[in-house]
Amino acid sequence: MRKVSRLSRFNVASLALGLAFLYLPILILVIYSFNASRLVTVWGGWSLRWYREFFNDRAMIEAAWMSLRVAVASASIATVLGTLAAVALSRGEGFRGRTLFSGMLYAPLVMPEVITGLSLLLLFVALNAERGFWTVTIAHTTLTMCFVAVVVQSRLGSLDRSLEEAAMDLGCAPVRAFLLVTLPLIAPSIIAGWMLAFTLSLDDLVIASFTTGPGSATLPIRIYSEVRLGVKPEINAICTLVIGLIAIVIVIASLASKLSSSQGESAAPL
Amino acid sequence: MSARRIFARPARFAAIAPYLWMALFFLVPFGFVLKISLSQTAIAQPPYEPVFDLTAGWAAIKAAFGALSVDNFKLLVSDDLYVFAYARSLTVAATATAILLLIGYPIAYGMARLPTRWQAVAMVLVIVPFWTSFLIRIYAWINILQHDGLLNQILLALHLVSQPVVWLSTDSAMYLGIVYSYLPFMILPLYATLAKMEPALEEAAADLGAPPGAVFWLVTFPLSLPGVGAGVLLCFIPIVGEFVIPDLLAGSNSLMIGQTLWLEFFTNKDWPVASAAAIILLVVLLLPLLLYERVRRRQLEER
Repeated sequence: MRKVSRLSRFNVASLALGLAFLYLPILILVIYSFNASRLVTVWGGWSLRWYREFFNDRAMIEAAWMSLRVAVASASIATVLGTLAAVALSRGEGFRGRTLFSGMLYAPLVMPEVITGLSLLLLFVALNAERGFWTVTIAHTTLTMCFVAVVVQSRLGSLDRSLEEAAMDLGCAPVRAFLLVTLPLIAPSIIAGWMLAFTLSLDDLVIASFTTGPGSATLPIRIYSEVRLGVKPEINAICTLVIGLIAIVIVIASLASKLSSSQGESAAPL
Repeated sequence: MSARRIFARPARFAAIAPYLWMALFFLVPFGFVLKISLSQTAIAQPPYEPVFDLTAGWAAIKAAFGALSVDNFKLLVSDDLYVFAYARSLTVAATATAILLLIGYPIAYGMARLPTRWQAVAMVLVIVPFWTSFLIRIYAWINILQHDGLLNQILLALHLVSQPVVWLSTDSAMYLGIVYSYLPFMILPLYATLAKMEPALEEAAADLGAPPGAVFWLVTFPLSLPGVGAGVLLCFIPIVGEFVIPDLLAGSNSLMIGQTLWLEFFTNKDWPVASAAAIILLVVLLLPLLLYERVRRRQLEER
């Protein structure tokens, strides 16, 4: 029998080229963040100079702090709401308005950010809400809870339902069965969902620009206004720090999903 | 199953909080966008004339309905600037999506053919850049593409060019940035359908004498169409409204609609026109979504 599914040289080459394309620019950025030279393109030896500049830049530090607080707050709210939504969608079975509900949950995933940002701002203006920390947090929660819902729902979908059914057949009330059986089983995907929400919030520029007020810029807003003026070595250092933070988050998330796969079922992607 | 039905009831209650949240912060805001798109621009804070004032009573509301105007929409349709911006957005998104499909398909195909152990590794490797800030990824390209950046340095050192090439602020740079940022969005749905595909089908076609090209076009590709559709939508729709990448990498001579909307809003402070632009963009984007949904439903019915 002829085997078609064998890995051909073309497959390997396209995969390797694709991954190189994805990683090389980031690698170059990280290397250049340790460049001693003021000129971004001339290599002047290894140095931590631009990291020192960043830690002396008050406006940047404040923006980074604002971003971190928003990311933690919005990821936490989004995880609770997103998990509830995932439970309702995968276990609720045909409730009224289900189509609208799932539509609302999937729409923000593809909606251009300018539209989401603009519409939320107009709502906040109409409600006369003071714009700043809370408006950005609400906006990010709205966006990221959809991602959490998708991640948790895919885990719930692959879960063996006989476990919860067994618990209920043995006299466990549904809520108790959920807390004692289902929740521990989907916990890794809930953690992964929180991590994803956290990094998405840390990353967002467009929605934050629309929903924040004067004097409370997030890190991407600051980076963006600096980048528009031209390349600065300090930005390389900030970007590398953000990449490092996200790398830590990814390691924790993948450990969490490894934990879940060692418990039997294969982990949900992301 | 009785336990299932018992579980379904409290599970439905779980929907209440996220339902209310999404209704308030996702659905209702579109009402406000629609309302403001129909009001007049005013030099005030906020910079539009209120259309409804619920405190003024029924007669006032009726009068307000009469005052609704479609002037903003007329402006958008008649002004070349906006028409060009929509046309350019759609062209850029279509071109970029086509490039993404061409690049993403072989990568996803390569991933799906890996031994199972390595598939998971490859998947993580594709997802990691998606976790990394996209602003940083665009910025990384600015580092490389600028006048005395790495790319020009390499080209000069290899004597491929005699003087630095202008890469930044060109459409090529913008396409590069878009393809780079959206590649995981194309690869992941393609990979998901390709990995699920039964290899026996391809083997059967090959056994029956089909050359590799025919196996791909007659078996593999048609079976991967749901993934192609999902990947295309996942890339096309957000690219149409893209703001940051064209702003940082493309020249300023022709704007996309996302940039126009942003300028209208932040620079010109014309909120009604920005809202009207957003409504039109929304309608334009709903069309491919509905089309996709219809095709998908027909495919499901055929099965």
